[in-house]
Amino acid sequence: MSITQTVFVLLQRELMLAMRRRGDVLTVLFFFVIVASLFPLGVGPDPKLLRLMGGGVVWVAALLAAMLSLGRMFASDYADGTLEQLVLTPTPPVVWITGKIVAHWLVSGVPLILMAPVLGVQFGLSGDALAVLVFSLLLGTPVLSLIGAIGAALTLGLRGGGVLVSLLVLPLYIPVLIFGAGAVDGAMSGLGSEAHLSLLGGILILAFMLTPWAVSAALRISIE
Amino acid sequence: MLEGKNLACVRGERTLFSRLNFMLNEGELLLVQGANGSGKTSLLRMVCGLLAPEFGEILWQGEKIGTVRESYHAEMAYFGHAPAVKEDLSAFENLDFSCRLAGIQVDHEEVKGALGHLGLGHCLNLPAKSLSQGQRRRVALSRLLLAKARLWILDEPLTALDQAALQLVQSLIGEHLHQGGMALLTTHQPAMIPGITPKILDLSA
Amino acid sequence: MTNRLNLYKYSSPATFYALAGKMIPWFYGAAALLCIVGLYISFFLAPTDFQQSDAYRIIFIHVPASWMSMFIYIVMAVWAALGLAFNTRLSFMMASALAPTGAMLTFVSLWTGALWGKPTWGAWWVWDARLTSELILFFLYLGFMALQAAIDDPRRADRAGALIALVGVVNVPIIYFSVRWWNTLHQGASVSMTKAPSMAAIMLEGMLVMALAVWMYAIAASLSRVRSIILERERNSQWVAQLLETEI
Repeated sequence: MSITQTVFVLLQRELMLAMRRRGDVLTVLFFFVIVASLFPLGVGPDPKLLRLMGGGVVWVAALLAAMLSLGRMFASDYADGTLEQLVLTPTPPVVWITGKIVAHWLVSGVPLILMAPVLGVQFGLSGDALAVLVFSLLLGTPVLSLIGAIGAALTLGLRGGGVLVSLLVLPLYIPVLIFGAGAVDGAMSGLGSEAHLSLLGGILILAFMLTPWAVSAALRISIE
Repeated sequence: MLEGKNLACVRGERTLFSRLNFMLNEGELLLVQGANGSGKTSLLRMVCGLLAPEFGEILWQGEKIGTVRESYHAEMAYFGHAPAVKEDLSAFENLDFSCRLAGIQVDHEEVKGALGHLGLGHCLNLPAKSLSQGQRRRVALSRLLLAKARLWILDEPLTALDQAALQLVQSLIGEHLHQGGMALLTTHQPAMIPGITPKILDLSA
Repeated sequence: MTNRLNLYKYSSPATFYALAGKMIPWFYGAAALLCIVGLYISFFLAPTDFQQSDAYRIIFIHVPASWMSMFIYIVMAVWAALGLAFNTRLSFMMASALAPTGAMLTFVSLWTGALWGKPTWGAWWVWDARLTSELILFFLYLGFMALQAAIDDPRRADRAGALIALVGVVNVPIIYFSVRWWNTLHQGASVSMTKAPSMAAIMLEGMLVMALAVWMYAIAASLSRVRSIILERERNSQWVAQLLETEI
């Protein structure tokens, strides 16, 4: 069986597992919505203020939701022994790790992208800004899954897992947040978002090429 | 031809074993014995390549396993403490996926056959979480039937199996060895494999 | 293992323990000396800035602390890389020993930054690029220490920490760049610590002296710390038992 076939099988399995545990997936989506909705409750319903904040708030909520979903990536496979079996397949680890991350993004990232315009409308973002919001999340959420995978892999089986992963991963998420939210701001202020989006795209490419190696090393360290 | 040279294992801060040597040829069975905590599981994980030895090396066909990782992994099957069975998938789906992920082409009949051979024919489509521990272990062991692996590395494969399953697994191992395969086992029970005199590696010594 | 460079002798914790013990007093001494000189310069030789009066003198602590907090993170990452590449326990121990000192310096940098900001611009905290990057660096240090603290197995703790340190060091330029970007977009031409009062040469000299003082201190503190780590890790070995006998 070729490598692409193996990745395809892995994707199939991951998606099947996610479908059987729909609750987990939906909780993350609800968390996204709730967190974003907390901000207007905290700062007041002034539409001008909310419009200014909108891009940033949706992005922060996406960040937190992505982080919450990291627990799904490797932890259950580690607990039931399937992770070891994946490590012991002839497929190069970087390949199936990328497959796992893509599956994670499809299940945890794409719903966020689809829900974002709804939240954006709640903050009064215009059509242009909404489009940029969605596009920036499209570029940014895979990076969140990629970088988050490193944190998830390093903290396998550790107590205090969720909070520890946040401490490790949130500082690394900051550039994505800055360029993502900045893109939306750029669209709203008319200064343009091309620069932000290109930087985000650059980060995506870099992350896609480099992080699977780091995740592979992290898994080896954690599985020993 | 599996060889372990001058292996040392340090876990936490204790040296579990050092200067360990062994060799395993076709058709041979190596039983690893020792008290709890003597490093049996660690040794098996070293042979798999999951754990790096503190010192020494493992050779497969004369090459260090680190350098021939892909071909080595294609020829070995590992069965650890955890049965490596996804709770949310059925027995059939588990075996099907684990074979295909390991690169083994299987069709539905073969999968059903393997599960049937291990006495799981009646619970093929039940989610694994409703199976007992022993049944889950049998699902995991059924992969051995389909994987064309020459080297079997089994960590306490006979635990939690009833008498019938025990004999079945023992005969499976026996057949594998007769066909020229190799097996490395840890077990607390006396492993009676018909017709085979095992080599013994005792870690407590 | 015999025909190797003599340096490998020092990668043995026992030998390094003794060597470090001898070096520590010298580094503390150098730190104290340089600190006295630096403080003298900062209090007596540097002119009073007509815009900021004497409150600005805090930069003689703030800037060296910032520089060193960054420098120490890089050194930590180098030790981490050496540890992963050569599998030498001592390299990992050095990385672990450096982290608390680095974190403390980042903390000092943040506080002194606030103390500078208040009399100068009327705010305890400004989200300028440098301070914000220092804050993120602080989180990177804390993450490293928290990860190591959460893992019981020393080997896994060493290697996991090393990996996160390396991932961090690769990200630091990206983080710094993005924070600068963010800052210029949002703050415009207002406050910035990088646009400090134009440096009289004597001020720069003062800061360099203080930076050297902090560096000497950091070395001394890390060496002390690594000695403790060595003792703890090697507590079951013979040389430690002998050491404790002779010292008691």
